[in-house]
Amino acid sequence: MTEKLHAFVEKLKEKNEAWVVNVTEGHGEVTVIVPRESIVDICFFLKEKHGFDMLADLCGADRGPEEDPRFEVNYHLFSTTHHLRLRLKVLLSEDEASVATVSGLWKTANWHERETYDLVGVKFEGHPDLRRILLPSDFDGHALRKDYPLRGYEPYSLN
Amino acid sequence: MGLENNLFESLPDVVTVRLDAIVNWARKSSLWPATFGLACCAIEMMNTVSARNDLSRFGAETFRASPRQADVMIVSGRVSRKMAPVLRRIYDQMPEPKWVISMGACATSGGVFDNYAIVQGVDKIVPVDIYVPGCPPRPEMLVHAIMMLQDKIMKESVKDRRDTFESESRESMVPGTLPVTEGTALERETEVEVAAGETARPYSVPSKHEKRRSS
Repeated sequence: MTEKLHAFVEKLKEKNEAWVVNVTEGHGEVTVIVPRESIVDICFFLKEKHGFDMLADLCGADRGPEEDPRFEVNYHLFSTTHHLRLRLKVLLSEDEASVATVSGLWKTANWHERETYDLVGVKFEGHPDLRRILLPSDFDGHALRKDYPLRGYEPYSLN
Repeated sequence: MGLENNLFESLPDVVTVRLDAIVNWARKSSLWPATFGLACCAIEMMNTVSARNDLSRFGAETFRASPRQADVMIVSGRVSRKMAPVLRRIYDQMPEPKWVISMGACATSGGVFDNYAIVQGVDKIVPVDIYVPGCPPRPEMLVHAIMMLQDKIMKESVKDRRDTFESESRESMVPGTLPVTEGTALERETEVEVAAGETARPYSVPSKHEKRRSS
């Protein structure tokens, strides 16, 4: 199963050696860690040339304020022709918590990126409408960051 | 030849009662709840209306989808911060007389959800008449709450109930939230203002977050 996925990773390497920073495998899933500058090019390459035509999910994660790089953005690609899933991962430091948007390639990335911005606080450059989507528009902070207090900041903690 | 005939023969031609008594009796006998299911308590609320528990025995089975036709709002479930202004608007759209039942632990006190997303008790937003404990309360408890509300209604006076003026209810503000807006333009402007620290906020307490930023 993963041999087919590794073949696509090799094709990425052939196209550009710098595109593949690291490859990890677990539970039959392959994750490619890619540089943040070239995420749009990589997504375009995989989508147009190799049939990864569906963005199944885009999500952010906070590894904790003591970690560096602190944030990661995961792109879960699915190919409806090969029936394969590939995960791309971008690592972001706290000072540069921004990555280029892929909403030009997949329309669904629009709301997923808004959600990631809303909850984790990663900014997406070139996003057409980067507003909060789940939390109230006047919310203070980003709720899924590890250093966000459970009860929130005042006056949200009205009790 | 039924009971009615005997009754009418024994009654005088004119019956006088207190206006309060007859109006309240009419009100309590047909309480129409607003459909406002928020979480798992709503499942029990639906069960209350269904055949086994049959809330129509107490005249409260007609759930209305429009708040303008409803008398009682059963807040069944947890109220999120984002739902709070919406809930308040629905309450304001209900015509007087109106009552509120806070159903379950979450609506009453936030329940186990003591976090940034959930309002810690719906009584911070609307006045509550009856609190129902439980997680979720059994349908019998909701029926009991309706009957307690009926007792409460019988003690009211017609003079106590009047409609709030529309302008007043439009300006009513829920602390910690923004007013409900028609479109997204206002929302976006407010977000920008908040981000720039120009504080167009409906509340005055500076947040701990702001203090931390400035120091």
